[in-house]
Amino acid sequence: MIAAYLVLLIPFVGIVFFAVSGHKSDTGKLNVRFNAACLAATIWLAINVLNQGTILSSGKAFLIDPFNVYLIVLTAFVGLTTSIFSSPYMAHEKELGKLNDKRLRLYYSMYQGFMLAMYLVLTTNNMGVMWVAMEGATLATVMLVSLYRTPESIEAAWKYFILCGVGIAQALFGTILLYYAAAQIGDAENSLMWSVLYENASKLNPEILEIAFVFMLIGYGTKIGLVPLHNWLPDAHSEGPTPMSAVLSGLLLNDALYAVVRNKMLVDGASHSNMAGHLMMGFGMLSFLVAAFFLHRQKDIKRLFSYSSIEHMGIMTFAFGIGGPLATFAALLHMTVHSLTKSAIFVTVGHAAQVAGTQSIDRIRGLIRTQPRIGWGLLIGSIAIAGFPPFGVFTSEFLVLLATMHSYPWLTPLLLLGIGIAFAGLFRHIQPMVYGEKPEGQLPVKANLWPVIIHLGLVLWLGLAIPGFLANWFSQATLLISGSTPL
Amino acid sequence: MNIEQTDFYTQAILSMAALIGLMSFLMLGQGRLLRLIFVFALQGFLLTLTTALAAYSLQNPHLYISAVLTLVLKVIFIPWMLRREVIQMNTHRDIEALHNKTLVMLAGASLMVFSYYVLHPIVQTTSPVMLNALAVSLSVVLLGMLLMISHRQAVAHVVGFMSIENGLFFAAIVATKGMPMVVELGVAFDVLVAAVLFGIFFFHIRTSIDSLDVDLLSKLHEVDK
Repeated sequence: MIAAYLVLLIPFVGIVFFAVSGHKSDTGKLNVRFNAACLAATIWLAINVLNQGTILSSGKAFLIDPFNVYLIVLTAFVGLTTSIFSSPYMAHEKELGKLNDKRLRLYYSMYQGFMLAMYLVLTTNNMGVMWVAMEGATLATVMLVSLYRTPESIEAAWKYFILCGVGIAQALFGTILLYYAAAQIGDAENSLMWSVLYENASKLNPEILEIAFVFMLIGYGTKIGLVPLHNWLPDAHSEGPTPMSAVLSGLLLNDALYAVVRNKMLVDGASHSNMAGHLMMGFGMLSFLVAAFFLHRQKDIKRLFSYSSIEHMGIMTFAFGIGGPLATFAALLHMTVHSLTKSAIFVTVGHAAQVAGTQSIDRIRGLIRTQPRIGWGLLIGSIAIAGFPPFGVFTSEFLVLLATMHSYPWLTPLLLLGIGIAFAGLFRHIQPMVYGEKPEGQLPVKANLWPVIIHLGLVLWLGLAIPGFLANWFSQATLLISGSTPL
Repeated sequence: MNIEQTDFYTQAILSMAALIGLMSFLMLGQGRLLRLIFVFALQGFLLTLTTALAAYSLQNPHLYISAVLTLVLKVIFIPWMLRREVIQMNTHRDIEALHNKTLVMLAGASLMVFSYYVLHPIVQTTSPVMLNALAVSLSVVLLGMLLMISHRQAVAHVVGFMSIENGLFFAAIVATKGMPMVVELGVAFDVLVAAVLFGIFFFHIRTSIDSLDVDLLSKLHEVDK
């Protein structure tokens, strides 16, 4: 349990430390160290959970089970690699005169603030605290979206703030309804504890819970970026600094989906209509298809990949909605590979934008000739995210397809169609950017591409062979969510 | 249900629900920003009264803390901040021309009916009083959204945002006698941080578009125009 407290304590110390010390030349490196320490703590925590099974802290404030512990490790890992990328990237932005020390101080402090909010969402056992932490993540990142203080970035941040704030208010209403249903059967003090609710799920009033779930799905769904609540997402991703886009896409969306799945588990326990699953399938499929079409029309490289994030979140929501062991396993795997691939892509996109001096797709050209590593990184990343074998995204999408054919065969053509459209949408933009002549005077930039290599290597590994302990981990989580294992 | 037969607390809660709902409607049709902020503060005050009343009747001392929090945040701090902003921007004499005022009010009324419709299934397990209270809080939430849609000033958006929080607080107090303390403190903290951030945002928006009319924030498009 000490590990869990450490995971929360380290980023908290980070917030205070960076806020007090201000920005110095080594702040970026210190940020990396904070994240590395956190990753070490999460691995320790994961080993504990692997050995002892589910851990419930005294006072029931924190719950660590196989489902959230792997997301915690993933969060720490992506947080670390993104901070490795962000250190030279932000230094370069400062050299360009886009940022000053004061804003970088805010940036590093809130980077840790965002990580703290993410860990709190994942570790807490209290559904109310989960909501508070989710809102906290919005508050921590909203000033980072407008970090460059351009009119566009301020507009994007305002949109993000208002849409996510109002959206997530719905989730609080859902949480209040959940508490109301729970208070009818048990003691009020522990009624918002997920573990208590889960044990007594069959006694909860199914009608109230179904209404509550609708609000939760809309609330947290705004943060997942489900269509039609997605409007803030491309703006916030495209206008904020690129490391922020990487963690928003790789972590925030996952954790919002995590909150929805936790609630779905409660609703499924109370009612037997599978209403929650159907809602998630509908919203997931809609997001997937709409985002696939929108990929074709993008002019900005970061907007392009944020639509790709919406598309993939749609697939995951859809898969969790189907709900069988195979679909759940696929969704968990997809969460992992999508996070890894998407944050790697954003790292290369950030450097590509620095090389070309713009985010406009039409003006980014000849990346492979200018700086082969960035060009190839972007190309391979896009191949991976489009779902080509042998990368992990292929495996998980294939499993989702299998599960769909098994449970809802009539939805398979839609899914295939969407994957095809998304593939075409990505590659019509990527191809001219990486190949082609390099524009006059385009120079390489200083870049650390280790995060990309490691992430894509892991995704490749997951596509070729999922290591035994990880497969075991996923099936334990699947067992928890869907009631049986796929293996 | 016969209202005279219920106890004093229930009657008081029902009247409070009605008044809080009424405040939302008043805000919806309000074109002057200062008056909008005043009505918002009034709604916050009613919420404080409700919380204190609940704390007194239910013998629940921790609700007094949330009553004080509501008073400080929603009645004093946020209205003060917004008022200062409006006066600084010199927009307090402007009357915002609301498009389709009648339609907006009608939509508000429909939203209230809709809230009752959505929450009706719970009447099987609970008293009609609870249904009223929850339905009013949901409609305050929805009316807050409508307020944000129909007004163009950033200040009005913040008022809408915060009145959504008012609706949620009311639901939490009436339906569940307050959330657990840790959650309530967390929510209050979030509201406080949000209020401070809004203040910072006003400054940024003002320096970037020289106005607080958010309709002018329209640079980001799906496709190039």
